[in-house]
Amino acid sequence: MWIKSGLFALLLSYVLALVLMVMPLPTVLEPWRPDWVSLVLLYWLLAVPHRVGFGTVLVLGLLTDILMGSTFGVYAVALVLIAYPVLRHFQRIRHYSFMQQALVIGILIFVKRIIVYELEHVLNDAVFNLPYLYPVLSSAVLWPWLFLVMRRFRRRYAIR
Amino acid sequence: MKSLFEHGPSLRTRLLLALIVAGTLMFLDHRLQTMQPVRSFLSTATAPVQYLAVLPEQIMDRLVYLATTRSALREDNQRLHEELLATQMAVQRLNFLENENARLRKLLGSEVRQASRRMAAEVVAVATDPFSHQVVINKGYANGVYEGQPVLDNRGIVGQVMSVARTTARVLLISDQSHAISLRAERSDIRVIAQGTGDLNRLELSFIPHSTELAVGDVLVSSGLGGVFPEGYPVAQISAIDRDERTQYAQVDVTPFAQLDRVRTLLLLWPADAAESPVYDEEVTDVD
Repeated sequence: MWIKSGLFALLLSYVLALVLMVMPLPTVLEPWRPDWVSLVLLYWLLAVPHRVGFGTVLVLGLLTDILMGSTFGVYAVALVLIAYPVLRHFQRIRHYSFMQQALVIGILIFVKRIIVYELEHVLNDAVFNLPYLYPVLSSAVLWPWLFLVMRRFRRRYAIR
Repeated sequence: MKSLFEHGPSLRTRLLLALIVAGTLMFLDHRLQTMQPVRSFLSTATAPVQYLAVLPEQIMDRLVYLATTRSALREDNQRLHEELLATQMAVQRLNFLENENARLRKLLGSEVRQASRRMAAEVVAVATDPFSHQVVINKGYANGVYEGQPVLDNRGIVGQVMSVARTTARVLLISDQSHAISLRAERSDIRVIAQGTGDLNRLELSFIPHSTELAVGDVLVSSGLGGVFPEGYPVAQISAIDRDERTQYAQVDVTPFAQLDRVRTLLLLWPADAAESPVYDEEVTDVD
């Protein structure tokens, strides 16, 4: 009774996202690496907002901080801040077409990256460079396909 | 099943709570620096993710190795033998010089330099955060790695260990913006400080007067001042000097010898005076 249906599948998707985030890539592809953790998180926030909330976002954000070696809480704050509009308007965003959804996701990831940059700038004097925003594009382009794959995954493992 | 009406605290309250938690952690970590034990514990806990991330690459390497033909291996072997021979000859000469140096230092009455211990480490993950240059290696405090330990590759100094978990450690590269290293020009003995710029192939020397003797092409070695890096290891070469009189100091760019963008195998160094000592894994006869 304590373990809700599909809990392990849900956790597996988080672990996969984290692995993809730190996986070494060829130098050419490196700047284009999609923002896996944000994408997976945003999907679950849209699909099962009654299960995946700020708690999950916070924990995943802190794990990202650990894996990235950034100051504790930087990614957590950014992810929590983009989770809010999604949790607030999930019913509306669900009914958008793929193109519109991809646009919304792109904007959210853009906002997340800007927040992370600003925090890093204040804390550690980071300098901005344009390639930091390439993943906004690749994530938005990837979104429709990821959405379809994740929907299959969700139905297969009955995550509801 | 989810009910139509929300219960519990409102969304905005929960947002505020989450932000407060994250903000507090940030404050504790950055301002008070009290999170190191927690970080170390969590890094240990997330180490499997990092090992999982390099698994496909390792499997690929393995497959490539299995697919190499006998003749290619033989050629490789031949080449390595020749290289080994050349290196051994160089080492012979080095041993002789080291002994002579020790003798001369004794004659002068100064301290004889102790040999340092070393251990090879593999890079398991590259932090993809472009604001800080860090890599994660597969050795941790279980192997005697300690904070502030110098890390080298086969060409020069790469960086220093900034945090240690049980089986992994995080290395801050010399090109990181928050990193500076004290160097000495080999030719003119001028001491300089090289500051990371956030660009993997460029460091900057700070506070260099326009009248400096430094020239393009000068080799800079670690000075041993500051106590982190041992003396005499090659670090960088001067690539450009801009003596623009309008600025207060000359702008000197240097290029690190270590290939920071493609680090794979690194060397951990335990200087002779380090309190920690390396703990070697049982010798595995690794083929690749």
